[in-house]
Amino acid sequence: MIALLTRDLRLAVRAGGGFGLGLAFFLIVVTLVPFSVGPENMLLTKIAPGILWLGALLACLLSLDRIFALDWEDGSLDLLATSPLPMEALVSIKALAHWLTTGLPLVVATPVFALLLSLPEAGYFPLVLSLLLGTPALSVIGTFGAALTVGLKRGGLLLSLLVLPLYVPTLIFGAEMARRGAQGLDMTTAMMMLAGISFGVIALLPFASASVLRVNLR
Amino acid sequence: MASIWQYANPRKFIETTDRILPWVAGSSLMALVVGLVWGFFFTPDDYRQGSTVKIIYLHVPSALMAINGWIMMLVASLIWIVRRHHVSALAARAAAPVGATMTVIALVTGAIWGQPMWGTWWAWDPRLTSFLILFLFYLGYMALWAAIENDDTAADLTSVLCLVGSVFAVLSRYAVNFWNQGLHQGASLSLDKEENVADVFYHPLLLCIAGFVLLFVALVFLRTQTEIRARRMRALLARERLG
Amino acid sequence: MMPELGKYAEAVLSSYAVSIMLIVVLVIASVTRARRVKRELESVEKRGRENAEV
Repeated sequence: MIALLTRDLRLAVRAGGGFGLGLAFFLIVVTLVPFSVGPENMLLTKIAPGILWLGALLACLLSLDRIFALDWEDGSLDLLATSPLPMEALVSIKALAHWLTTGLPLVVATPVFALLLSLPEAGYFPLVLSLLLGTPALSVIGTFGAALTVGLKRGGLLLSLLVLPLYVPTLIFGAEMARRGAQGLDMTTAMMMLAGISFGVIALLPFASASVLRVNLR
Repeated sequence: MASIWQYANPRKFIETTDRILPWVAGSSLMALVVGLVWGFFFTPDDYRQGSTVKIIYLHVPSALMAINGWIMMLVASLIWIVRRHHVSALAARAAAPVGATMTVIALVTGAIWGQPMWGTWWAWDPRLTSFLILFLFYLGYMALWAAIENDDTAADLTSVLCLVGSVFAVLSRYAVNFWNQGLHQGASLSLDKEENVADVFYHPLLLCIAGFVLLFVALVFLRTQTEIRARRMRALLARERLG
Repeated sequence: MMPELGKYAEAVLSSYAVSIMLIVVLVIASVTRARRVKRELESVEKRGRENAEV
């Protein structure tokens, strides 16, 4: 299991594995927002938590089809499926690797990007905490979507159509928590719900992803 | 002893539905025509909402069927997963476009109703938003069916998507409730008599709901037959190609 | 015959028009597809039987 994780991580960091791609995409989204809504700091302050959440979500979405695609193409996915490792563990590892290469860098980089959107000082901690709690759910849900579309030739667009509605609750609670935090309101409820979604999804969704992947490898 | 599972036999399903389809379709048409005419021509205006109250005869039944359509797909998907009856998987596939259309009707009539009442076509109200999300789920479900060539694989994948999607749809409903307070009024029909719409509107509304339910059943029967035949045809053509 | 709809006539009539149109389109699409698939299946089955006899 550890070997698989390190292998996935090494593949992601090396040779165009898309490690920096998500971050670059995130930066571009943040740069484009002032162009589209205007440079007023007041407005940017107000929408910053939402924009950062949306940017993180889209950056996450962008790298989803890579989770299984490469292993599917060169056949190593079939090998992994016949190995003694249970499929549930396999998809969990894949989701973890995706989070470590996409979600975690986003969380770490967010304060810098928040600076660009003039997030109020009180908002930094809630924003980072909400992303830290929420991005694992994004990775796990995304792994489910990737497992659904793994064998398809033009799966990319379909993957977004399938995954985005599933992202709705996470986005709502995550952005709500960040927004309330930025405005100095009570954010406990949103935080509890977000954490609940993340943990529930991490505990249960790998079973669905594994069953779907088994069907696709049949 | 006849059991309900005998209808899982595609031939038996087609035979039986062929026999009852005209009755279901006919009574659906009757209920819809009588209910809508009754509602449209012979009910008074609401003292607050004026004549827009007549939209209720389309809005409430379509909204109900949008949700019940998804629930029916969920049940059919579960039956496919547990007992692997092909008719069940195909029925879920057949129901999706019908449910999606019902969602569109509910959204459109809601927007038209909201315009004069709330002064806006669209508000990010929990009920409206949930329906938009439900519509997205329908779209994703249908797109997945369309994208996969192998019928059994498609049935498996879509039924898992339907299960997971149902959980997330419910979650979204609560999330959206938490996120924004709504303009939408509470349930029009509930066991609690106090909240209900007045009796004058109630009876034609019930008739319209019956009409929509029957319409849904008739369409699902017809479309399931089509799916069964299309599947059989694909199998025959594949055999022909093999020689 | 037409009931007095007052200032909301447009809203009521358009929602009836849109809904009925959507339902009719759905029904027509379902029926035509049902007919077409049924016809095609019959022709394929017939061809299959003829091939079997040869």
